[in-house]
Amino acid sequence: MFEHLRTVTDPLVDKNPVTVHILGICSALAVTTSVATALTLSLALIVVLTLAAGIISLIRHHVPSAIRLIVQITIIASLVVVADQLLQAFAYEMSQRLSVFVSLIATNCIVLGRTEAFALQNRPVPSMLDALGNGAGYALVLLVVASIRELFGSGTLLARPVLPLVADGGWYEPMRLMLLAPSAFIILGLLVWAIRSLRPGQQEAREFAPLPQQRQVQP
Amino acid sequence: MAELRNPWRRFLARPNSDRTKTVGIALIVAVVCGLCISTTSVLLRPLIAVNVEADRQGRMSAMLAGLPGIGAILAQAGADAVEAVIIDLDQGRIAEDLDPSGFDQAAVAADPSTSTALARAEDLAGIGRRENFAQAYVVRSEGERALVVLPVYGNGYQSTIRAYLALEADLATVAAFTVYEQGETPGLGARIAEPAWQAQWAGKSVSRDGEIVIEVVRGSSAGDETEVDGISGASVTGYAVTDMIHFWLGPNGFGPWLDRLRLEDQ
Repeated sequence: MFEHLRTVTDPLVDKNPVTVHILGICSALAVTTSVATALTLSLALIVVLTLAAGIISLIRHHVPSAIRLIVQITIIASLVVVADQLLQAFAYEMSQRLSVFVSLIATNCIVLGRTEAFALQNRPVPSMLDALGNGAGYALVLLVVASIRELFGSGTLLARPVLPLVADGGWYEPMRLMLLAPSAFIILGLLVWAIRSLRPGQQEAREFAPLPQQRQVQP
Repeated sequence: MAELRNPWRRFLARPNSDRTKTVGIALIVAVVCGLCISTTSVLLRPLIAVNVEADRQGRMSAMLAGLPGIGAILAQAGADAVEAVIIDLDQGRIAEDLDPSGFDQAAVAADPSTSTALARAEDLAGIGRRENFAQAYVVRSEGERALVVLPVYGNGYQSTIRAYLALEADLATVAAFTVYEQGETPGLGARIAEPAWQAQWAGKSVSRDGEIVIEVVRGSSAGDETEVDGISGASVTGYAVTDMIHFWLGPNGFGPWLDRLRLEDQ
């Protein structure tokens, strides 16, 4: 039981797919201008990832290794199409705001990464828990970035005014940069730096050492 | 080995490197996934259609409410000020026997008995067949016609562009042009859906001496009242918008009906 709990909680910080493995950055940049869109996309990703991990784990003994990637992508993409259709049917306005990014869950490296690395080797229940944990880790990072961007970019949180804007007679001048993609890069970079400073174990080893200083040779 | 008689079990018992099993698994996964997607798509289509329709209505109300003068009429008279009419395009008159509330223009366009095939030379909008009956909207203020809203569509660069063209009471001045559905190239042709581009249509004139001349020009229109600035990098989308407006205001589109309205005015 404790082990299962670890499978879920590890990917939140210690093995977070976004900050440690730097996966799923594309959507993390695109949908984090507001908390509502980040929350919806995170939920969609968690559902797709958990179901995909469960299904792939169920059939793992019968997936020929020659076509395993195609089989996984087919299953993931089908789930994504279904999720997209559900969003269009029950949350049309939100699906218009997320535009193409729901469909792009199919290409999110986290999904294929978890099914390939974990679900293909493990039983369904641990696979789904692992998927749930990784989805939650992704959601956590998205929500942190989205909260910062929405708060400083538009002065609101979940579309509720928090900082009174100058335009409405308040004192806060919104930072336009926060609504542009580069700000997500900057926030994400700072977040990775903060986590790795607090947990030095996450720091990657140098891939190469700098050359020793060459002594000046007199001709 | 009784259970191996069962062909399904025999299939599953094959080694994973086996070619038959590889092809079989691929086929099964494809069929099951295909079935799942088709089922959801068919089940959810009516719900999605309702959402798209509500969105379309919302855009139309937003467009009307944003027009100078019209917003006030709507606020006064409510939604009743907008009268939906079905136009018999060949006769150029309102088809009184058709009920606008249950009118399905897509079905009319798809049915060969209620649509007309267009010759290549007439088919400016690139739509192939044109429905014989089309919906339009008339906004009235104190009994007088204030605005005519024509839904227009045509083939763009890579998608069907659908828009509302709102004409003022003189049937020549554009009150607004709003694109509500398009799939043109993002960042280029898709900019026809941006309010800034659509805003330049207001006040333009569609015709000169009774001839439809309005045009989306390449580059800047230099203030001509029958020209709209084109978008750089989206010439084809611009031509398509020009052509579809020419088609729908012309003899195969709403032209005969608009002519009749002008005659009645005199």
